[in-house]
Amino acid sequence: MKNDSVSLTIDGKPVQVPAGTALLLAAKANNIDIPTLCYHPELKPEGHCRLCVVEIGTAPRTRLVNSCTYPAEPGLVVQTASAKVLASRRMVLELLLAQAPAGEHLKEMAAAMGVHETRFKKGDPAARCILCAQCVRTCREVVGVSAISMAFRTPKKRVATPFAEQSEACIGCGSCVFICPTNTIAYTEKDGIRTVWGRKFELQPCNKCGNYIAPKAQLEHWAKLTGDPVESFYVCKDCR
Amino acid sequence: MPKFESMNHLEEYRGRLLSSRNPQEPQVLVCGGPGCLPMGSEEVAAAFQAELKQRGLNGNVVLKESGCQGLCAKAVKVMLRPQGITYQQVTAEDVPEIVEATLVNGKILDKFCYQDPADGSVKAYKSKVPFYQGQRPIVLGKMDLIDPTSLDDYLAQGGYQALQKVLGGKSPEAVIDAVERSGLRGRGGGGFPTGRKWRLCRQAPGDVKYLICNGDEGDPGAFMDRAVMEGDPHAVLEGMIIGGFAIGANQGYIYVRHEYPLAVKRLALAIDQAREAGLLGANLLGSGFSFDVKISKGAGAFVCGEETALIASMEGDIGEPHPRPPYPAVAGLWGKPTVINNVETWANVPAIMSHGPEWYAAIGTENSKGTKVFSLVGAVNNTGLVEVPMGTTLRQMVYDLGGGIRDGGEFKAVQTGGPSGGCIPKQFLDLPVDYDSLQSVGSIMGSGGMIVMDETSCMVDVARYFMSFLHDESCGKCTPCREGTKHLLEILTEITKGNGKEEHIPLMEELCDTMAAASLCGLGQSAVNPVRSTLKYFREEYEAHILHKKCPALVCRPLLKYTVDPETCTGCLACVRECPVDAIHGEAAEPQVIDQELCVKCGMCHAVCKFDAVKVES
Amino acid sequence: MTDPQRLETIMSRYAGVAADLIPVLQDIQDEFNYLPKDELKVVAQHLNVPLTRVYSVATFFKMFSLEPRGKHLIRVCLGTACHLRGGQRLVETVGRRLNVGPGHATEDLQFSLETVGCLGSCAQAPLMMIDDKYFGRMAVDKVPKILKPYKP
Ligand SMILES: Cc1cc2nc3c(=O)[nH]c(=O)nc-3n(C[C@H](O)[C@H](O)[C@H](O)COP(=O)(O)O)c2cc1C
Ligand code: SF4
Ligand code: SF4
Ligand code: SF4
Ligand code: FES
Ligand code: FES
Repeated sequence: MKNDSVSLTIDGKPVQVPAGTALLLAAKANNIDIPTLCYHPELKPEGHCRLCVVEIGTAPRTRLVNSCTYPAEPGLVVQTASAKVLASRRMVLELLLAQAPAGEHLKEMAAAMGVHETRFKKGDPAARCILCAQCVRTCREVVGVSAISMAFRTPKKRVATPFAEQSEACIGCGSCVFICPTNTIAYTEKDGIRTVWGRKFELQPCNKCGNYIAPKAQLEHWAKLTGDPVESFYVCKDCR
Repeated sequence: MPKFESMNHLEEYRGRLLSSRNPQEPQVLVCGGPGCLPMGSEEVAAAFQAELKQRGLNGNVVLKESGCQGLCAKAVKVMLRPQGITYQQVTAEDVPEIVEATLVNGKILDKFCYQDPADGSVKAYKSKVPFYQGQRPIVLGKMDLIDPTSLDDYLAQGGYQALQKVLGGKSPEAVIDAVERSGLRGRGGGGFPTGRKWRLCRQAPGDVKYLICNGDEGDPGAFMDRAVMEGDPHAVLEGMIIGGFAIGANQGYIYVRHEYPLAVKRLALAIDQAREAGLLGANLLGSGFSFDVKISKGAGAFVCGEETALIASMEGDIGEPHPRPPYPAVAGLWGKPTVINNVETWANVPAIMSHGPEWYAAIGTENSKGTKVFSLVGAVNNTGLVEVPMGTTLRQMVYDLGGGIRDGGEFKAVQTGGPSGGCIPKQFLDLPVDYDSLQSVGSIMGSGGMIVMDETSCMVDVARYFMSFLHDESCGKCTPCREGTKHLLEILTEITKGNGKEEHIPLMEELCDTMAAASLCGLGQSAVNPVRSTLKYFREEYEAHILHKKCPALVCRPLLKYTVDPETCTGCLACVRECPVDAIHGEAAEPQVIDQELCVKCGMCHAVCKFDAVKVES
Repeated sequence: MTDPQRLETIMSRYAGVAADLIPVLQDIQDEFNYLPKDELKVVAQHLNVPLTRVYSVATFFKMFSLEPRGKHLIRVCLGTACHLRGGQRLVETVGRRLNVGPGHATEDLQFSLETVGCLGSCAQAPLMMIDDKYFGRMAVDKVPKILKPYKP
């Protein structure tokens, strides 16, 4: 079933993709770009941001679905830039601009779609997080330690370490920081110490060149995963 | 109770049970339902027990605590059988008199009978009370006949006969066919055809399948499912066992919200009884089919009524919904095909199997078959639980069953479908209530909450109330709902404070469009209904708040002014004691004065004044 | 029993899989009246789930409290029917009488005050509950008398 290919129409263009392909990827494979904020190819899509919505069906029975998870079905008619889609995208961006007034990438993205201001009351001017959960999913699915998660719900929902304390599970890898589309997560590196989520990590220098490789905690995590002695990771990629 | 090894065994037992029971035996059924419990039904039952014992009648008269008897407004309700006399507003102190007059001397006491507001006539018998006359009880049919803690009582009313019929010679496909032909649609809100859902699940690949009964009942203003789980728990189980057989599941779960401790207790007892009797467990009734049921308790999240969120929380995670497809019927609990149905949906199944799909399909309207249970609450005289054929009009519900608006007030709107529904104005009173017609006027059937409002309800405040509920309950996963409910609430609050602007209305309408179309789950998609429907049908109230800074229903506090009428004030100082900010001054026994600078408009003075001397205006 | 023993008794009722998380937390809350941090850490180990999962669940659901709660739980219903019949005023009255805001416990930990979406007895609005007892058709002037037996 998964290998069967299905034919559908995207923006008037007949396309063929393997059954079950997310509409977002089906469109991309046919050079149609759909904006996203919570999608990442390495992560299981969860449909948080709703920026990627597309209109499916034929008038008058059409509806919006998020293209990052909705699977290609035979005969489906998809519009990625209908009036309804554009209106919804702009509204979502307006909502996000009010939520995260300091999110630079977000502002650029919104401006590119013609949204320069939000009509809604802005929250904390320094707020950046748009709750896309990419950091949480990266830490869980890619790093494999689940040091951070979503805490509370709507009015207070936020990304946090357990009890908002330094997380024992965190290995200081910084993956969450790098993936965050809004540059939200505080992170510093100074004098061989990396600070992330309020915890300080000692960085391990390379035995050969002396450049910092990664936090000791991260190398220990690798050692545990591979079963190799931790010392075997004390040489950086370039010197190996 | 023996463990039934076969269907014959059960039938023999039922036969003996029935012949040992005297249909003429006097019975007192004290209502222990959700409406009567808070009004002291346990005390009333205890008083009956003591009184019967004292008079040496405890051997002749059977005393039971029943499920909801329907007319909760008149709590505590007491049913006297075999006559079918229904007494109301009974307190523990009244019990000796009732025992003496009615049980011993066979005299009906008018003061405990329903009085028809139309002509003042006294109705002693249930069959004569208009509230019950327009009803068609299928799901609620056994409520005032049985003790919900007794499996014998359920069996004596024909319980588990539908299961016998199914296991005794029907194929799973035949069961699904029957449910499909009955036209049963989900009673939990969406109205999805139940038979079709079961078929999808049966056809989904996989050996292990699950079945869930959704007893989360999160809609404020609704207590149908609670009443069914507490009042007739075996009906829910019987429906689930039949469903399990039809879809090929051996394990079922009942998800109950933790605010319903008695429902949990009653269901747990029913499960134990059914297991002991061989109605649950391995090879039940010797049929070769095995099925068991476990209870899962909710932990306080409205969104967990949504099926994918419910499943997530049963798996031990936060209640965030997941994008569908895949639908639970294909990949649900632990990734296995899972059927989720509402409590009332399950409770309809035994009746359909007993009486046949044609019988069921003959009740109701073209596309909405059978009956629907509603919790009729708010500004009507006869608040309570009603079960009516689909297609009954709102007018019948409000006026015939509900006995009209309380305190002689004016009907203003009826709100159906809980926070996901809309407010329906007067011009639609003759609307037949079914899935499609409610949708056509911007509301939904929902799970069956029906809240009647009179002119003391402010529709802007109602919209704000639902939005604050929904904002608080939104899981926060997706942008339109999380941020949309925040801004709708913010704007509505400003309007109720008199800070509304004209541009707020089109902005809300635009925001509603996106929330409805782009939210991940039903919560966000339907959160707009209370706002849209009030904007559509009660726009002049919004305008009064925005343009004239007035709340015509005298609800929105910042727009009110409280004063004491010196003519009526007796100077009793009740208001002075209640005022949280000491804004009321004056000598004892002299008229009081409210300092408008200090007044925070909480309305406490108005609420406590026994002489109606505190006036409020906008 | 010591705290670890109390927790041990609870854990012994379960198979120790992730799906037990919510029932375990419910039992802990019943037993300890709130979710103590140290116990939650043990739960994560026992059920073999990340501590983040426990923390997410403990903060997502309304019934869980990470702070000690009062001996008596007062729940005032703010469901639709109760809202329309003065539920808000009722919460305020109770809160003022006990000097506590909704969602909090009194200083002496005698009471916790909470509001709930619906208690399911809408015909008797407005409604409140103290522990397992219901009080229907409430009025603000009935509050002192109802609270009295629960006071220390
Ligand atoms: C926010 C939300 C809350 C819901 N709450 C309930 C509920 O309390 N009870 C219920 O049976 N269904 C509820 N539903 C509907 C369920 O998702 C599901 O459709 C239903 O249980 C299916 O059963 P049915 O087909 O028998 O109605 C809710 C849906 C949403 C979106
Ligand atoms: S830095 Fe810590 S929290 Fe961030 S991804 Fe790495 S382990 Fe997870
Ligand atoms: S911190 Fe960044 S990655 Fe994490 S949820 Fe917020 S915006 Fe997304
Ligand atoms: S619509 Fe609301 S409740 Fe549903 S997933 Fe989105 S935020 Fe959560
Ligand atoms: S990219 Fe699809 S919902 Fe965010
Ligand atoms: S609970 Fe007693 S009549 Fe409804």
